[in-house]
Amino acid sequence: MTTPEATVNGHSIAFGDLPPHTTALDWIRDLGFTGAKEGCAEGECGACAILVARPSTIGDDTTEWVSINACLIPAASLDGQDVLTSEGLGSPEQLHPVQREIAVRGGSQCGYCTPGFVCAMAAEYYRAGRVVDAHPEAADEPERGANGFDLHALSGNLCRCTGYRPIRDAAFALDEPAADDLLAARRADPAPVSRATRVSSNGAEYVRPADLAATLEFLHERPDATVVAGSTDWGVEVNLRGRREPRVVGIDQVPELRELTVDDDAFTLGAALTLTELERRLDGAIPLLGQVFPQFASRLIRNGATLGGNLGTASPIGDCPPALLALEAELVLASVAGQRTVALADYFTGYRQTVRRPDELIKAIRIPRPLAPLTAFHKIAKRRFDDISSVAVGFGLTLVDGSVEKARIGLGGVAATPLRATATEAALVGRRWDEPTVRTAAEVLTTEGTPIDDQRSSAAYRSAMLGQSLRKFYHHTTTGALP
Amino acid sequence: MSHLSRRPESGPDSYEVGKAIPHESAALHTTGLALYTDDLVGRTKDCLHAYPVQVFVAKGKVTTLDVQPAYAVAGVVRVLTGADVPGVNDAGVKHDEPLFPTETKFFGHAVCYVLAETLEAARLGAAAVVVEVEPEPALINVKDAIAAKEFQGAQPTVQRGDVEEGLRAAPHVYSGTFEFAGQEHFYIETHCALAHVDEAGQVFVQSSTQHPSETQEIVAHVLGKHSHEVTVQCLRMGGGFGGKEMQPHGFAAVAALGSVLTGRPVRVRLNRAQDLTMTGKRHGFHAEWRVGFDDDGKLMALQATLTADGGWSLDLSEPVLGRALCHLDNTYWIPNIRVNGRIAKTNKTSNTAFRGFGGPQGMMVIEDIIGRCAPLLGLDPDDVRRRNFYTEGQTTPYGQPVHQTDRLRAVWDQVHTSADLDRRWAEIAAFNAEHPHVKRAIAVTAVKFGISFNLTAFNQAGALVHVYKDGSVLINHGGTEMGQGLHTKMLQVAATTLGVPLAKVRLAPTRTDKVPNTSATAASSGADLNGGAVKNACEQIRDRLARVAGAELDVSPAEIRFVDGAAYALGNAEGVLWEDVVLTAYYQRVQLSAAGYYRTEGLHWDSSTMTGSPFKYFAYGCAATEVEVDGFTGAYHTRRVDIVHDVGDSLSPLVDLGQIEGGFVQGAGWLTLEDLRWDESDGPDRGRLTTQAASTYKLPSFSELPTEFNVQLLQRAHEEGAVYGSKAVGEPPLMLAFSVREALRQAAAAFGPDGTSVDLASPATPEAVWWALAEAAKGHEHGHVADGADGAYPEPSDPAAPERHPESEVWQHTDHHVTTLTKV
Repeated sequence: MTTPEATVNGHSIAFGDLPPHTTALDWIRDLGFTGAKEGCAEGECGACAILVARPSTIGDDTTEWVSINACLIPAASLDGQDVLTSEGLGSPEQLHPVQREIAVRGGSQCGYCTPGFVCAMAAEYYRAGRVVDAHPEAADEPERGANGFDLHALSGNLCRCTGYRPIRDAAFALDEPAADDLLAARRADPAPVSRATRVSSNGAEYVRPADLAATLEFLHERPDATVVAGSTDWGVEVNLRGRREPRVVGIDQVPELRELTVDDDAFTLGAALTLTELERRLDGAIPLLGQVFPQFASRLIRNGATLGGNLGTASPIGDCPPALLALEAELVLASVAGQRTVALADYFTGYRQTVRRPDELIKAIRIPRPLAPLTAFHKIAKRRFDDISSVAVGFGLTLVDGSVEKARIGLGGVAATPLRATATEAALVGRRWDEPTVRTAAEVLTTEGTPIDDQRSSAAYRSAMLGQSLRKFYHHTTTGALP
Repeated sequence: MSHLSRRPESGPDSYEVGKAIPHESAALHTTGLALYTDDLVGRTKDCLHAYPVQVFVAKGKVTTLDVQPAYAVAGVVRVLTGADVPGVNDAGVKHDEPLFPTETKFFGHAVCYVLAETLEAARLGAAAVVVEVEPEPALINVKDAIAAKEFQGAQPTVQRGDVEEGLRAAPHVYSGTFEFAGQEHFYIETHCALAHVDEAGQVFVQSSTQHPSETQEIVAHVLGKHSHEVTVQCLRMGGGFGGKEMQPHGFAAVAALGSVLTGRPVRVRLNRAQDLTMTGKRHGFHAEWRVGFDDDGKLMALQATLTADGGWSLDLSEPVLGRALCHLDNTYWIPNIRVNGRIAKTNKTSNTAFRGFGGPQGMMVIEDIIGRCAPLLGLDPDDVRRRNFYTEGQTTPYGQPVHQTDRLRAVWDQVHTSADLDRRWAEIAAFNAEHPHVKRAIAVTAVKFGISFNLTAFNQAGALVHVYKDGSVLINHGGTEMGQGLHTKMLQVAATTLGVPLAKVRLAPTRTDKVPNTSATAASSGADLNGGAVKNACEQIRDRLARVAGAELDVSPAEIRFVDGAAYALGNAEGVLWEDVVLTAYYQRVQLSAAGYYRTEGLHWDSSTMTGSPFKYFAYGCAATEVEVDGFTGAYHTRRVDIVHDVGDSLSPLVDLGQIEGGFVQGAGWLTLEDLRWDESDGPDRGRLTTQAASTYKLPSFSELPTEFNVQLLQRAHEEGAVYGSKAVGEPPLMLAFSVREALRQAAAAFGPDGTSVDLASPATPEAVWWALAEAAKGHEHGHVADGADGAYPEPSDPAAPERHPESEVWQHTDHHVTTLTKV
């Protein structure tokens, strides 16, 4: 094994002794690159955003500068990788175009969030799919600039001072990277190859096995190990609740978990593909997931978070499960003993509890075809960008001659686990898809689950929103407003 | 035009104020090189890290505090407790905030701090400390505190005219109550202090503080030292918003105490959860009111009682309440008025300054009243607002003449025109008629905000300006930079006064050993006060240099003008370079540095009667906001905002634009999204802040940015009373966000029949809006406003409350002991 090290702003730096809970942010700041800041330590504010040279999210063999929350990932997970911070992008004497646009337009006030904005904006600046002048009709699409800039790239960055307008203007003013831009040129080369890693301190270790077989073998021997992919959930536990573990296994680069296949029977989505990769590579092929992705946390989170992770943590308020339940998804679980397939509806057993054994990994998520023709995802939250659902509802409906032949409704946020609204499904199946049916079924839906009062919303609102989501879904199917 | 406000006659291209330039640190911000207090830790050798021991009981006596187990944790160096305090064990200015308390007064109250070699060791050490508490009943919400009559501090009243007679004569009388939430500052940089001690025991504290002088005083009194032994520096803050006006002092004192006791640098940095659970916020308020209107919707009388949720200690609650009472009128003439104020004592973090400082809470009450009552009067709220505007010659309820009322009408009318409101209102009516499940609305609200500290003494400032032999200029002033662009403006003021290019002037970090006895950078006053002081210092030097240049050019000094880096005689194109004048002055033994001073003239305030003219002038602004509400869920978004705001003759237009936009969005956050929730159950977590993270306390993000956002500065807006004709801008725009709240109310009302009065909770979250529109859709014409003589009567102040001793909003650290010396 080579010496574990990462390249930060062009400097190769060995990790040495490092416990698995040391975040990339703390490690980078200790190097003296204090541009990246800790604002919340849970991936909500983006002040810690950095750039990492990663394999292209659209799946070709080029490099993409991907922005991630440095506060959530173990520093050791950066082994072999190439990292940039705001300091590495430009200097006061020679500002990077992103830095220049933000600076001259008044996009920084206190400046604390600014380095994170710079990194998140630079990632979108360098995104291969961003085409300047492809969207001259930007006025109709307020979240996309005429320069192809997708404002969702900044959905995980909070600024308390500016009110965002000058930052939006800066983003929408960016041109193509210049011909002599080395970071742009770098994209043509392959990304650093992921490699097996072990970094430890005082007996606590971060391990990245080389492949699936090695990972499963490791889990077989050490079922107590903590499995992390994007660590967007575990990182929060480490930072906010002081979780410390002796053995952390990084599976985010395991090649067998990063495959996406489509055949007549199903879409098979590798569990360690990031949500950004799925969003870009599926490109709307599963319309229901196409609705979920932009509402799932932020771009910074989606660049690290995986579908396997979202199911592995088994949170009752994860955004993917309601949609996946509506799609009748199945999980492929792998262990040294072999593989088994479990319907998602049978997977959750209790609050953050599942049928997955400690020595098992979620290898892939299968979404059977044909897909339900009529689907929708409704997320109720306080904030449109980057919020956690009070309630989330996924609909999958098959209509034949104006009647409901099949209905699958997945719910999040109304019980200890994501669940299917089976009583509502029964109230729909075999009936005309019309207002009386919807009125009756919406009443049933209102009674599904056992919602609670908490800081996000009242139980009464949660229940009401279940019924409202069906009414809204119906309204959209009748007015043609369905996305 | 006053001497203070006049700009050079050489024309706007020849001087720096008024130019739209980026923030002076923009290049450092964007490259990540700008340093904040915590960025210094890695650059400081052998630093110790402090971690608070928080006790999670809302109220109780500490019966056991055993710190020994902490010492068993590897890396722990020292535990700081009350026994270690050589001076006064108090972090506040009212002597009601023990730094190391023996009782907990809120959930998460820190009782001691652990110092260790690493943050991890300090955290583990803190977890090892054994604290036992005997719990006592705790008051969490304002209503319970009112019921229990738990108040603190003074209970002032602002009154004028005859309220009872006014209400009797009014054809329309309504009454109601309204309780609305506070707001977390959520500066992205949490509280931080880094202290070290020099060879003579002098303490140097770098602190993220808006009020270095007060931080210095608190550190000194905790350490039992004199102020001259303590220096506080603030490089810059990653946001302040009032949250770092009083709250930093205790953390700075802990760092300083640790440093004195260990001889090593000590860092105190709160993580987000600690910051949220340990530091104060904007005050939530409870209001009850009776109001009388005439048939035209003109206000005849208003009686109200405002109760601020002060939290566990007084902090700045008294002046915050005072400003709330002085801003309840907002832009409206209310001939008969009586407003009582009081401060509830609850077992929560001690609420404090927050952008607007009570002003927003006062205005909230009257805007809510108009928004709820206009439909009951059968009037358009837009008409009711305009009809009640102050006219010239009228005075505020506390007796200050309201000047520049033409500007109030100018901003109002300009917004109506530039936002094309008549056309858009018609379009919205058509849209709403066609869309049963989606409604839009536009609301317009205006702001009048008094500028100056209510307490006259705080309206003073100092500066220190050096000109070096090479002609370069270094300025220091007492104000702190928290993103508001104060330093940018001060550079522009200095360059303009000296007649040199901006690049000649550099600004050094704010330090108490450069400029002493400063006021907080607060009350929007930073540029007015410090600008006056910087200008004064520069004028002293310029006048001395004019004598030197006059001698060189053989003219009277009065005829010398400094323009763009050279001295000229009036009417003569040939001049002497600035650098040459400076060097000549040095050889002539002319002093090249000066201490500047400024105090705002013409203010007076009697806090025992709550009357006077406490404000130098008023800042005006107006906003029109269009929202769209989804009837299925209550979710909404802001489609368009148009603002015209009065910043006087802007010192720095890009900076001012940023303050207006940023203030507006922050205000909208307070009113719509930001939701402070506390556990009010009787369980063990009673008093716990349940929204104590960025994942549960949601700030505005890009999705709250109005799709279209048009901001104009009111033109030809010279202000006589402030530096270079400008006006303060930090706080007033926040209150323009009432237009968002009122637009949401009107959109919710549009789901019901015409004339529906809507009660809207604050914050108006999607859930709150949904309940409001669901209620409106039921067809109720009345909200919970009581019509006629019944309904709530505001409670009078308690005569047994502590007397409002003169200037009681002064936060004095020590009582004034005036010792009379008698010669014998």
